[in-house]
Amino acid sequence: MMGEQVEQSGVSYSHPIRNRKSVLELRNVSIYYDENRAVKDVSFNIRRNRITAIIGPSGCGKSTLLRSINRMNDFVEGARVEGELIFANEDLYGNEVDAVEVRRRIGMVFQKPNPFPKSIYNNITWGPLNYGYEGSLDELVERSLKQAALWDEVKGRLHESALNLSGGQQQRLCIARALAMEPEVLLMDEPCSALDPISTAHIEDLMFQLKEHYTIVIVTHNMQQAARISDYTAFMEMGDLIEFNVTKRIFTRPSVQRTEQYVTGRFG
Amino acid sequence: MAFHSTTEHRNLAKRHLKSKVFAAFCGAVTWSSVVLLVVLLYQVSVDGFRWLDWQFIDSFPSRFPERAGIKSALVGTIWLILLVALISIPVGVSAALYLEEFATKGRISKMIEVNIANLAGVPSIVYGILGLAIFVRYFALERSLLSGALTMSLLILPVIIIASREAIKTVPVSIRYAAYSLGATKWQTTWAHVLPASFPGIMTGVILALSRAIGETAPLVMIGALTFVAFLPEGPMDSFTALPIQIYNWVSRPQQEFHELAAAGIIVLLTVLLLMNSTAIYIRNKTEKRLR
Repeated sequence: MMGEQVEQSGVSYSHPIRNRKSVLELRNVSIYYDENRAVKDVSFNIRRNRITAIIGPSGCGKSTLLRSINRMNDFVEGARVEGELIFANEDLYGNEVDAVEVRRRIGMVFQKPNPFPKSIYNNITWGPLNYGYEGSLDELVERSLKQAALWDEVKGRLHESALNLSGGQQQRLCIARALAMEPEVLLMDEPCSALDPISTAHIEDLMFQLKEHYTIVIVTHNMQQAARISDYTAFMEMGDLIEFNVTKRIFTRPSVQRTEQYVTGRFG
Repeated sequence: MAFHSTTEHRNLAKRHLKSKVFAAFCGAVTWSSVVLLVVLLYQVSVDGFRWLDWQFIDSFPSRFPERAGIKSALVGTIWLILLVALISIPVGVSAALYLEEFATKGRISKMIEVNIANLAGVPSIVYGILGLAIFVRYFALERSLLSGALTMSLLILPVIIIASREAIKTVPVSIRYAAYSLGATKWQTTWAHVLPASFPGIMTGVILALSRAIGETAPLVMIGALTFVAFLPEGPMDSFTALPIQIYNWVSRPQQEFHELAAAGIIVLLTVLLLMNSTAIYIRNKTEKRLR
């Protein structure tokens, strides 16, 4: 179904493809919670150094799909994934694949900021130290915080508790913490939904800078946000991928009526 | 409408009265137990205070009340509690971690859970019999400190496990997810985040459990802790006595002086308990602050 739509829309993007520019390929991904099918036969590619947004009404399966990309669904009892998620020429759910290694290479930022109850410094160094990082920790902390546009605000108090930061700062710390692992893909699950508009703007600016080095997949409730920041958009409803296309296209001339109704705010 | 409003008012007054009566009842119950405790403490201090001096603490038991002291029992209790803590804390916390973090939740884990809850309610004398059969006889540990400590550990393990599990449960799942999302293994996540975050709660459980152990007499009597010990235990394999046993022994003698000695022993026991608890609470508060 999806393949046809993309062709109809006339974008130079066909499906399914093995594209060197894609870092991750979702092929007929279905996700079940026990017998309940939360994501139905979804296929699309995630492009390197681009921001891909997944939008859709509550309960459409977008967060579920996102969490399946770094195997965080493993922690949900009864969750099961069918289909293939191809990353670095391997199915992320293959028998040989170690989920711990997957999460090291595919980072995640959550809906609510969740810094560790430790110092800012230790929040950043904990992950890299776990897998045997041997470089200079000070440099790592500075680089990660700079990448997350937080360095100037916290450089004088790196050893204070991360819990003393504001919500927006905490979320940027969580981004810095994920970046310190030098992930190939960064997943963001509604990263701004718990933040005020100024912090949100901060994070959006940050994402623009980050896509130079990273591939970002973001789930968002906020359609304006998807339109502002993403390059590609996937629209989901009731577990189905209704449309996947270049963001501009989705928001100006979607090929499916349902998408148009959603992006123009007629439901959802 | 006037009729309505008066009914309402009457109703309201009644409801207020009910709530006042209930508050008074709860207050009375609380205060009566406090009063009881104060009376008890007062009685004990009046009886025992004049015996309480360095000589009392630094002497072995004797059949002459003036020369009798609590040295061997005090040292035995300290040994016992240290050993119990060494055994029961690692075992209890590990069991709780296993049940909460690692075991697959199913019928078996449910069964274990129910059984642990039941064990917490088993009378201590039963643990004493178990200890006698297993540690003293079967493992031939004799009537040693180690036998006593193992038996006491069995007794308080359910309490430690239950309290630790509750503490581990309260660690927000978002912290675990944060750790996992950074490519941490289960062990790394547990050791670096789950355990420190649940530490204050675990400590509370441990305090309660050890406080219970320090006052228990029945299991020790059962496994045969001695009542007259004129030497100090030098290692975990030595025979011993403990404060509650010494107190029990003095109380059961006919002479008034020994009853007063028992009261003095109770003061010492309460002091040890208080010291232990306040240290634990201090440690707990300190770590709690560090985490915030």
